Amino acid sequence: MFGRLTWQAIPWSEPIPLIAAGGVGFLLAAVVGWVFVKGYAPYMWKEWITSVDHKRIGVMYCLLALVMLLRGFSDALMMRSQQAVAFHGGGYLPPDHYNQIFSAHGTIMIFFVAMPFVIGLMNFVVPLQLGIRDVAFPTLNSVSFWLTAAGALLVNISLVVGEFARTGWLPYPPLSELQYSPGVGVDYYLWSLQISGAGTLLSGINLVTTILKMRAPGMSYTRMPVFCWTALASNLLIVAAFPVLTAVTAMLLLDRYLGFHFFTNEMGGNPMMFVNLIWVWGHPEVYILVLPAFGVFSEVISTFSGKPLFGYRSMVAATMAICLLSWLVWLHHFFTMGAGADVNGFFGIMTMIIAVPTGVKVYNWLFTMYGGKVRFEPPMLWSIGFMVTFVIGGMTGVLMAVPPADFVLHNSLFLVAHFHNVIIGGVLFGLFAGYNYWFPKAFGFRLDEKWGKRAFWLWFVGFYAAFMPLYVLGLLGMTRRMQHFDRPEWYPWVLAAAAGAGLITLGIGAQIVQLVVSIRNRAALRDITGDPWDGRTLEWATASPPPAFNFAVMPNVKGEEPYWGMKTKARELAHLLTAEPSYQPISVPRNTATGVVTAFFAVVIGFAMIWRIYWLAGIGFVGLYAAFVAFAWRNRSEEEIPAAEVARRDRDNRFVRSSVLAEGASQ
Amino acid sequence: MSVVTSFSPVDPHHLGHSNLSLGTEWEEARGHGEGGPASKSVIVSYGFWIFLLSDIVMFSAFFAAYQVLAGTASDAAPSFDLSNVAIETGCLLLSSFLCGVASLCANRRRLFGTEIFLFLTGVLGAVFLTLEIREFVDLIQQHQGPADGAYYSAFFALVGCHGLHITAGLLWLGTMMAQIFAKGFRQDILRRLTCFSLFWHALDIVWVAIFSLVYLMRFAP
Repeated sequence: MFGRLTWQAIPWSEPIPLIAAGGVGFLLAAVVGWVFVKGYAPYMWKEWITSVDHKRIGVMYCLLALVMLLRGFSDALMMRSQQAVAFHGGGYLPPDHYNQIFSAHGTIMIFFVAMPFVIGLMNFVVPLQLGIRDVAFPTLNSVSFWLTAAGALLVNISLVVGEFARTGWLPYPPLSELQYSPGVGVDYYLWSLQISGAGTLLSGINLVTTILKMRAPGMSYTRMPVFCWTALASNLLIVAAFPVLTAVTAMLLLDRYLGFHFFTNEMGGNPMMFVNLIWVWGHPEVYILVLPAFGVFSEVISTFSGKPLFGYRSMVAATMAICLLSWLVWLHHFFTMGAGADVNGFFGIMTMIIAVPTGVKVYNWLFTMYGGKVRFEPPMLWSIGFMVTFVIGGMTGVLMAVPPADFVLHNSLFLVAHFHNVIIGGVLFGLFAGYNYWFPKAFGFRLDEKWGKRAFWLWFVGFYAAFMPLYVLGLLGMTRRMQHFDRPEWYPWVLAAAAGAGLITLGIGAQIVQLVVSIRNRAALRDITGDPWDGRTLEWATASPPPAFNFAVMPNVKGEEPYWGMKTKARELAHLLTAEPSYQPISVPRNTATGVVTAFFAVVIGFAMIWRIYWLAGIGFVGLYAAFVAFAWRNRSEEEIPAAEVARRDRDNRFVRSSVLAEGASQ
Repeated sequence: MSVVTSFSPVDPHHLGHSNLSLGTEWEEARGHGEGGPASKSVIVSYGFWIFLLSDIVMFSAFFAAYQVLAGTASDAAPSFDLSNVAIETGCLLLSSFLCGVASLCANRRRLFGTEIFLFLTGVLGAVFLTLEIREFVDLIQQHQGPADGAYYSAFFALVGCHGLHITAGLLWLGTMMAQIFAKGFRQDILRRLTCFSLFWHALDIVWVAIFSLVYLMRFAP
């Protein structure tokens, strides 16, 4: 009746997951209870859960990422503390639990922190920067988000019902085959990725279509902000790479469920084919993450230097070159496979070549700052911290692109230090820069600057303290994923890394304090003008937070940095450039529960398949089809915002901006 | 020494091209994008094309796996019934043609013709699916099922993935017929019909590749 699901699935004998799950469950129940008691439930349902507004969905993506960051970081703390106490001993985490922790850490950080955060920022910012009212497919956008959330939910369920994979963040066969991993851990991994991967693919299709087909009048390709270009490159990579992830996880599922022989040891299966296919997705994936972060830095550095971006066109060319080259380097993840000197040589050289466009970008950012009036606010601090850190990470990457060096360094902590160096120093710093930069646009008030700076410095120093020792440990021969060790020369470095993790904990604490303090002082931090940083792109032309329709009148773009151009001219003339338009009613897409219902049935299917409860999976599929038909059957897909409402929102914004211009003129 | 030696209002930062957006001679946008967002029907078809391309990427992963594992096939590799495959191919191509006819009828707002031709499209799709399932059952009974070796795994996954797409297409076709019947030729329903026919034709393209690579190549000398 219930497949493999029994009471034994809950790890009664292991206190850590039980207590953690209890805590999370309690917190969740408390939040839901609070929402109901305070009477916020209808508001949550109407304004957020069923919302198809790209800004709301973007905010929910980022929120999901921040919550999952706490989960993934707890895993990191457990690993660091385990190694710190496991010198000549067993530590406090048994090996099978430790293996689940490092697998969950990687899976969560990539798929449920970095991905939703990146997609959330793109969702929020791209339509605003393009001067349009929504993405191409608003309902699909909601489906994408909720599918991602469904995948995250399954991973979290694995904490307390059953187990998670012990196979690392990429489950290499034959270890991940049923023969060697008979439990449900790998199934949790595969189904949650299958579900969230579908969401990511749909989101990629949505944003590619949006950027290529829906720009404001006059917004030609060479006038798009660089963030939109990087978003385009990233989403093109999603569209081309995620289907491969779907295919390869499907193959492993077939092996595990129906006895196929794609990757088995016997009957002609080929485990190395898994490694090839997963990295054909996996290497573009790192550029899917880092390119939008590059876009954030471009926006932030240009804004906070008070200058247009240096070398806009070379930046665009570098972005697209990386987009293309990212397909030609996947084999550097497994030089030791034994493909031979020629093949390894080709992929090694391609990997080094990819450093060239990246270098172009770094120099462009430096030259943008050169001669500018640099304001060292938190977004800019993250950007400068990124430039220093990312260059170090890039250089260790080029080092490992040399196949003979890789033969020595692979699978060691040197590699772990390298990819954290580029992912934290590149992607995460970029996301935090974007979070500080666009927060006032999303919520109408700035984040507290003092706590933002504290968070940055704790993170920055903590990062170096935590990961530079890992380079040393790698060179001393320590391999990754060790549950305990007995080499005395490693011990001090392991302790140093643990201390660094402690500093990062304080940094995360400072970020939480920053959020709380900012919400409390929101009246003082209010962004009245809609342009708190003296911005240059169109998202700063509308109010903060923007109205549901973004722009009362679609902006007419007449050059690069259209908003900066308009603003400069208006400042000279000391009044707004355009007369009040005649306001028209605006159609916006209607809210729908399709996304959340789809995700509900996706969770049902995933959970049922993991535990082999096939009748329940059948119900899930029927439910999914019913949701599809119900959506198709809707008669009204749009609703109208009356002209009076449009006029009210826009007049407020125009009034504030004219007052600012008049003030500027009188000074 | 000042960094900026000469100040030009058009290019104050020496970018080599105009940056200020107003009052310069480079005002007009060039190339794509000057006209604002495309029409809804263009956006929907374009987005669906992107989806189809991504779907073809997924198939290409299965094709690649098939090519890698095909080398493992022993002498006992299946001897397909080519006439069965020929009938399957005929069904699918004819089905695609009829789907095109249904689109023509829909463009002329002919309800009866649209429904009939969509129905025939579905019938041929169902015949294709039946023949495919029969082939699968036969192979499994001859101990040439997906668990009997890597070659069969790759074969069943690739061809089965196409079959699953056809199944999903049939479900979709049913809802399309119902929508047109119940709600008539509404703009959004017509856009969905366009997407459906794109999907159905794309499955033909994939099938042509499967037919050539999987079936015909086994008979190549």
